[in-house]
Amino acid sequence: MSDVIVQSGQEVVGVSRITGPIMIVEGAANVSYDEVVEIRDGQGNLRRGRVLEVGEKTCVVQVFAGSTGLSIDGTRVRFLGDTLRIPVAEEMLGRVFDGLGNPLDGGPQPLTDHFADVNGQPINPTARIYPRDYIQTGISAIDGLNTLLRGQKLPIFSGAGMPHDQLAAQIVRQATLGAPTDVPSTEAEQFAIVFAAMGVKHDVANFFRRSFTDSGALTRVAMFLNLADDPPVERLVTPRAALTLAEYLAYEKGMHVLVVLTDMTNYCEALRQISNIRGEVPSRKGYPGYLYSDLASMYERTGRIRTSEGSITQIPILTMPSDDITHPVPDLTGYITEGQITLGRELDHSGVYPPIAVLPSLSRLMKDGIGQGRTRGDHPRWGAQLYAAYAHMQDVRSLASVIGEEELGEVDQKYLKFGRAFEKEFINQSPTENRTIEQTLTIGWRLLSMLPKDELTRVSLDELKQYYQGEDAKH
Amino acid sequence: MSEQVGVVTWISGPVVRARGSRYVGMLELVEVGEDRLVGEVIGLNGDIITVQVYEETSGMKPGAPVYGTGLPLSVELGPGLLKSIFDGVQRPLPLIEIESGSFIGRGMRLAPLYRKDRWKFNPTAKVGDVVSRSAIIGTVMETETFEHRIMVPADLFGTLTWVAPAGDYTIEDPIAKLKVGNEEKVLTMLQRWPVRRPRPYMTRMRGTTPLITGQRVLDTFFPVSKGGAAGIPGPFGSGKTVTQHSIAKWADAQVIVYIGCGERGNEMTEVLQEFPHLVDPRSGRPLMERTVLIANTSNMPVAAREASIYTGITIAEYYRDMGYHVALMADSTSRWAEALREVSGRLEEMPAEEGYPAYLAGRLAEFYERAGYVETMNDHIGSVTIVGAVSPPGGDFSEPVTQHTKRFIRCFWALDKSLSSARHFPSINWLDSYSEYLDDVADWWQEKVGKDWLKMRNHAMELLSEESRLSQIVKLVGPDALPDEERLVLETSRLLREGFLQQNAMDKVDAFSTIQKQIRMLELILYFHERGLRIVKHGAPISLIHNLPIVDTLIRMKSVVPNEELEKMDDIQKQIDDQMSQLDVEYR
Ligand SMILES: Nc1ncnc2c1ncn2[C@@H]1O[C@H](COP(=O)(O)OP(=O)(O)O)[C@@H](O)[C@H]1O
Ligand SMILES: [Mg+2]
Repeated sequence: MSDVIVQSGQEVVGVSRITGPIMIVEGAANVSYDEVVEIRDGQGNLRRGRVLEVGEKTCVVQVFAGSTGLSIDGTRVRFLGDTLRIPVAEEMLGRVFDGLGNPLDGGPQPLTDHFADVNGQPINPTARIYPRDYIQTGISAIDGLNTLLRGQKLPIFSGAGMPHDQLAAQIVRQATLGAPTDVPSTEAEQFAIVFAAMGVKHDVANFFRRSFTDSGALTRVAMFLNLADDPPVERLVTPRAALTLAEYLAYEKGMHVLVVLTDMTNYCEALRQISNIRGEVPSRKGYPGYLYSDLASMYERTGRIRTSEGSITQIPILTMPSDDITHPVPDLTGYITEGQITLGRELDHSGVYPPIAVLPSLSRLMKDGIGQGRTRGDHPRWGAQLYAAYAHMQDVRSLASVIGEEELGEVDQKYLKFGRAFEKEFINQSPTENRTIEQTLTIGWRLLSMLPKDELTRVSLDELKQYYQGEDAKH
Repeated sequence: MSEQVGVVTWISGPVVRARGSRYVGMLELVEVGEDRLVGEVIGLNGDIITVQVYEETSGMKPGAPVYGTGLPLSVELGPGLLKSIFDGVQRPLPLIEIESGSFIGRGMRLAPLYRKDRWKFNPTAKVGDVVSRSAIIGTVMETETFEHRIMVPADLFGTLTWVAPAGDYTIEDPIAKLKVGNEEKVLTMLQRWPVRRPRPYMTRMRGTTPLITGQRVLDTFFPVSKGGAAGIPGPFGSGKTVTQHSIAKWADAQVIVYIGCGERGNEMTEVLQEFPHLVDPRSGRPLMERTVLIANTSNMPVAAREASIYTGITIAEYYRDMGYHVALMADSTSRWAEALREVSGRLEEMPAEEGYPAYLAGRLAEFYERAGYVETMNDHIGSVTIVGAVSPPGGDFSEPVTQHTKRFIRCFWALDKSLSSARHFPSINWLDSYSEYLDDVADWWQEKVGKDWLKMRNHAMELLSEESRLSQIVKLVGPDALPDEERLVLETSRLLREGFLQQNAMDKVDAFSTIQKQIRMLELILYFHERGLRIVKHGAPISLIHNLPIVDTLIRMKSVVPNEELEKMDDIQKQIDDQMSQLDVEYR
């Protein structure tokens, strides 16, 4: 990596067109694709941008701060000869930066000669370690049914007004490397936290800051803030700056890093805006065809590699426009991430916290992090059984809404009771309640025991013998 | 070997334009810039050359040189392909890691096949033999059990003037000389083939052997024949990758080519870490020994993703030409289509549907046409079966990639979100899926299991369609309103769904079922239905049947009875008899 950040380049006047945050510059020679530029307006103020496209005589420049105040004649552009880099250092934990990585907290520039390209480079699949260590979040619906592993990317799919921020904060507060119940627990390892805000309100940033402060985590947190009133184009850099620091901490300093990115929907809207201004052919809902690759270039910066002890775990948060999971942002995210925690409007309305809709939620890596020697031997089948029972309950519930609860058969009535208890006692917990995996499993068995034994075909006969406590436990 | 043919004039992501020589060919491989990034010519217009570059172009400037190679994008073929993992343009990822560390650097030029290994060459042809294209002239044991057949290049034929004696050779050592007209060509075990050109074969045949995958819903209900093409569309999280992995693990193909095309890095790592430890039930050797992996994950350069499909299929054809049955998995063809779209967009081509270029359908057709059951140029029988995953946006099957794919495949495994949400796996919807190979493979089944598979399969399908009709009624009025005969259909269908169609890829016993186990399971469930029907007709209430212990046994048999202990099935049949006979007696 180069330790030169600013090369003195040529300064040119030659802006021929400005449309939104996009500028066409003529007459600059020796410009390279993806190069960073420094733009000086008529008053001498500086802002930065990036080359999106370059020809022999013209190039297209994206201005991070937007073009307000720029004029065709008064603007000068200096090409800096390098791609966008940010300083990275351990001492950045405990600090607050803007969306481009400049200090916002009045503190000095981080003291380091290590500058890393915000775009990163793809991890070689042969260099990865497949994630296997589970993270105990203390939240039953996650630990029990959508287990999070170190090195996993697991987004929260939410909707406007739902408590995704509380949930993310609770995860960050409670996350510890889960110790298998049958192995002596190692010293509790603490995560370093990198937090990136894209286009969210000040309240949200403050909420997280307060939450980090209250739990004493603030010294382990680096915050990159591009808030709702900050320039939208800048938020195309914000998550990349955050991930660049995370990669340094994880892969060069061996730390376990939890990255929270919120709100990815705002990020995608900024990308769409640029794409539309450039007149690119849109795919769905006006988003560019490369949205998938673009998101992947961030989400895939998660994981573990063989040459380092550290790990990056990502929890991106996104709000689904109109709660629509088929909207391009959640859809493409779901195609890239290793599952999703989906919040449900109905649960939220009925006062369940966290309102995790378990059926549309998924942790793809769960299968590799649970079971004998990791959580507990019965966990995989116990989970499958709870899922199956709850899914069946949904059918029963809709039948009951048609024919009335009294008309249901005896077994189906039990399912209904099970369903209600599952939502109230298993999914529902207080924002400060930190359950062990043992406790979660125990609650699950208690609920399954509300059903007749011969309904429980997903768990093994031995497990039934050991854990089932229902009426027909005898036979 | 490469001379400058042009000068870069414009750069936008993976697409670069240059001004230069008119001698550059369409689809020629070129090298761009000081880093000599590899690219391919995708457009020629006057003296303007358009190139798609297989690496990240950050930092490239107009004025950079473009070098020609005179060659089209090709893959290297020869011993050492098995057990390998390459990127989309066949760069060996393990060597890249040694060169550039955990992150993939740029401008890496590494030979796909390792040059220093020595292989024990065993000649099977002799001097004076007149050999045709792809004729087999020797063999090499590529793994302990896999015979790699060394062929004359598929575009050469002539008379052998020299054949190396048996012995150890590298892939670049001469192993034969071939007189072609007046010219003498030196043959090595290493050869090249342009990826966009299908390798030749003698004749295409009708495939009548199913590719047995060990997945019950596929083999029994929607089989694909060897040499056939199947599509597996589904929204995210519905089970495309797990299904493809299961096929790669258990299918009775001799070679597996697995293309991770624009998907997750961890999924390739999973294969890399798991396959060396899994044993191929047929050869008794680690599964990795029959596998070639192509990994161009979602964060790797998009133009190389476009190429990855062709790299994979060419390697598959090469093994087919030796007389092997090859299964190729592409996860996901939608990401490949998107790569086409992205490059097309940068070229400012006129888009057709949803921004895809108008030639999308043509490209898909060309790809799936490369599947086939063939007589090879050297009189062997070989096949390439293609299983392509499709990732429709929002799970909507009416989108262009799914729709066009449907035109070129004959087997459609439709994954269903509502099934996967309810954790019914594999979430292949039995009503929306189809196979046009049923009749083609029926005789094979009859011969192998001695039973009328198709009849049983169709009977089970009838029950399941009946269930779907009945459950519409149940949704409105509850199950009690149905006559008991119909409720028995619901009961049996539940057994079919939970006991047969659902198959847990993570369960050791259940992950893979032999055809013998499959047919026996199906037989028992249908037998249950037949016996039950008789009793119900005699007036026994359905609840009695529902409460029989055999119901639980039939649901659990998939994970209780291993493939090797099918005699336990006889015991289950006896339980059906015993429990049903009791009711029989009561309600005669
Ligand atoms: N046959 C199966 N057995 C058990 N679990 C499965 C099976 N198929 C899919 N799953 C579950 O579904 C999840 C998503 O499957 P995956 O193949 O990754 O989906 P897709 O590739 O369609 O996005 C897996 O992580 C696993 O938990
Ligand atoms: Mg997948």
